[in-house]
Amino acid sequence: MSAPGPIPELRLPQEHLLGIQGLSPADISTILDLSDHYVELNRQADKKTATLRGRTQINLFFEPSTRTQSSFELAGKRLGADVVNMSVKSSSIKKGETLLDTAMTLNAMHPDLLVVRHGSSGAVNLLAQKVNCSVINAGDGRHEHPTQALLDALTIRRRKGRIEGLKVAICGDVAHSRVARSNILLLNTMGAEVRVVAPPTLTPPGIERMGVTVHHNMKDGLKDVDIVMMLRLQLERMQGAFIPSTREFYHMFGLDYDKLSVAQPDALIMHPGPMNRGVEIDSAVADDIHRSAILEQVEMGVAVRMAVLDLLTRNLSDAETAGVA
Amino acid sequence: MTTVRAYINARIINPKTGEDFTGTLVTEGEAISALGPDVTAPSGAEVIDCQGHVLAPGLIDMRVFVGEPGAEHQETIETATLAAAVGGVTTMIVMPTTDPPVDEVSILEMIARRARKINRTRVEVMGAITKNFEGKAMAEIGLMQDAGAVAFTDGDEVIRNARVLRRALSYADHLGALLVTHAEDPDLGGPGLVNEGEMATRLGLPASPVMAEVMGVNRDLSLIELTGARCHIAQLSTAAALDRIADAKSRGLPVSCGVSAAHLSLNEVDIGEYRTFFRMVPPLRSEDDRRALVEGIANGTIDVVVSNHCPRDQEEKRQPFEEAATGAVGLETLLPILLELVHKGEADLPTVLRAVTSRPAELLGLEEGRMEVGAPADLVLIDLNSPWVLDADKLHSKSKNTPFDGRRLQGRTIRTIVRGRTVFAL
Repeated sequence: MSAPGPIPELRLPQEHLLGIQGLSPADISTILDLSDHYVELNRQADKKTATLRGRTQINLFFEPSTRTQSSFELAGKRLGADVVNMSVKSSSIKKGETLLDTAMTLNAMHPDLLVVRHGSSGAVNLLAQKVNCSVINAGDGRHEHPTQALLDALTIRRRKGRIEGLKVAICGDVAHSRVARSNILLLNTMGAEVRVVAPPTLTPPGIERMGVTVHHNMKDGLKDVDIVMMLRLQLERMQGAFIPSTREFYHMFGLDYDKLSVAQPDALIMHPGPMNRGVEIDSAVADDIHRSAILEQVEMGVAVRMAVLDLLTRNLSDAETAGVA
Repeated sequence: MTTVRAYINARIINPKTGEDFTGTLVTEGEAISALGPDVTAPSGAEVIDCQGHVLAPGLIDMRVFVGEPGAEHQETIETATLAAAVGGVTTMIVMPTTDPPVDEVSILEMIARRARKINRTRVEVMGAITKNFEGKAMAEIGLMQDAGAVAFTDGDEVIRNARVLRRALSYADHLGALLVTHAEDPDLGGPGLVNEGEMATRLGLPASPVMAEVMGVNRDLSLIELTGARCHIAQLSTAAALDRIADAKSRGLPVSCGVSAAHLSLNEVDIGEYRTFFRMVPPLRSEDDRRALVEGIANGTIDVVVSNHCPRDQEEKRQPFEEAATGAVGLETLLPILLELVHKGEADLPTVLRAVTSRPAELLGLEEGRMEVGAPADLVLIDLNSPWVLDADKLHSKSKNTPFDGRRLQGRTIRTIVRGRTVFAL
């Protein structure tokens, strides 16, 4: 295979990536265009570049994560950055050091990129106000998970050739999902038609004001859709009566071939992972190589994160040059 | 020999009667001795020329949280009285949620002693309704009342058990003591949540629906009806709950209610990008709710306006929104925010002043808050029009957690008089 072409001269106006909120359609296209380039690079034997050589990236995870953290780690390493992973148990935070103490401590080590996941909505925004490096939100509470929405968009664009005009159903535990919020914002920004399908207890009030239509029945919601995005049922965030049982949830809202039959014949199935098989998705559907894009999403994740790290660092270079001059 | 002071050229406002005239007010010692358009300064009196500014009874703030005892790093009685003096608040009623709590006489007396020693503005104390605010055993309401408690409250805690609140209402009523409740269903809502709806959904924050407050109000109204006891619902935040209060008042129930100045001025959108200084109890609601609350002040359905002064240090506020402490300081912004309503034409001056002077005095059985001969000489001189910009760093409160930092305000306190003595002058 031939080497990918030169890295496109793309720029993002943002200093941080805190959410999809605030990104223009052009910004999103910029990230996806560069991501396409990195998809090609990642399929080569030599995946390493020197784009971020000398840069330090700290992955600061206040919530446990396997796939997102390793995806960011690989992305940074393939771009040549020094990557440090820091997992902070929230219990040790509560014992003394506050979130901002931790952030300021890390900031004093002069990282260039800080990738942060935190269990509280808005925590990453708060942190970004106090440090002088680029901050990437790797998921904050129930608020946003922008790189997930971007990798979903990349997957869709590569499979369907476009995002605009597609019908997308986001199904399941919308209430607890930062993935749903970021995807709603991104898909609406890019001109898709977005529906959410969930029981009323997992449909956050006022969600229709974010530009979606709400369905409480899978077959109504999935009718003629091009994309089915399943969400993980976040049992760990549920205190109180949201659903009677996972069995009943699967019966009503789990994606199986029967419910899928009302969607477009070539409808693409997506899931941000990790999956609860037999809870929100049938195993056979999840593994259907003709319909499921779930593993492709993981591949796109690394490329999108490389693109984001690369683009934000391009702005850092400018700032430093300006500082010297 | 008692000191005689004459405040001449004053625009004197009596909030209780709505009287509004230019004249002179004379104080002798700690009381008002004369006032009227034709009153002249007695010979030998110390003369203060008010230059046409508004002279009104000093403000009575029914809901002030102070950190003493227990959280002196956030606010002491000393710093709170300083903030009160600057804000024109001549009497503040401090909440019992201290550490240790005011659920028995000794802490109450300790606070009163500290206030007497500081001798700046007046400090009155509310006692706890239940021991340690647990909503189980009644605190010593009678003994605390004898020791000077002006009312009883569990602060932001809801007494979940209706039987306990019923008994407390009946018991307090036979003593003539007023209970002050926080009305909210604690399961449907809860402290620190934001208003349920689009804003909360976009921010991904746990939320409390309007009906949580309505259910709390309905429950408390039912118990007032059952016992016939007086009860004051500390703070409303929703139009729907206000409707229930208006209805209860029209049926003659002995209920009264309050609202914080912040809720008359701000709405949920002000939270913006997770600004923790706007995390309050009850939560900021929609603009429609805010307008209804202002209308409730104008038509008298809402009895009092409070600062809900709640000092918090930076460490408690510089947290992710869900983990940050609730509350905002308000002693120094209570009056300017009320004047904002007057300047915007949303309410008239005597009406807003009534809600922070004569009305709370009536509810609590205080001598202050009146503009008449023989009343305590607790006064505030207000420049209605001078524009200024609030700078949080210049607040006198020990904690600076104001939601109004940088706000352009019009009108402020220029002199505060307590017991005939000037305790603050600009």
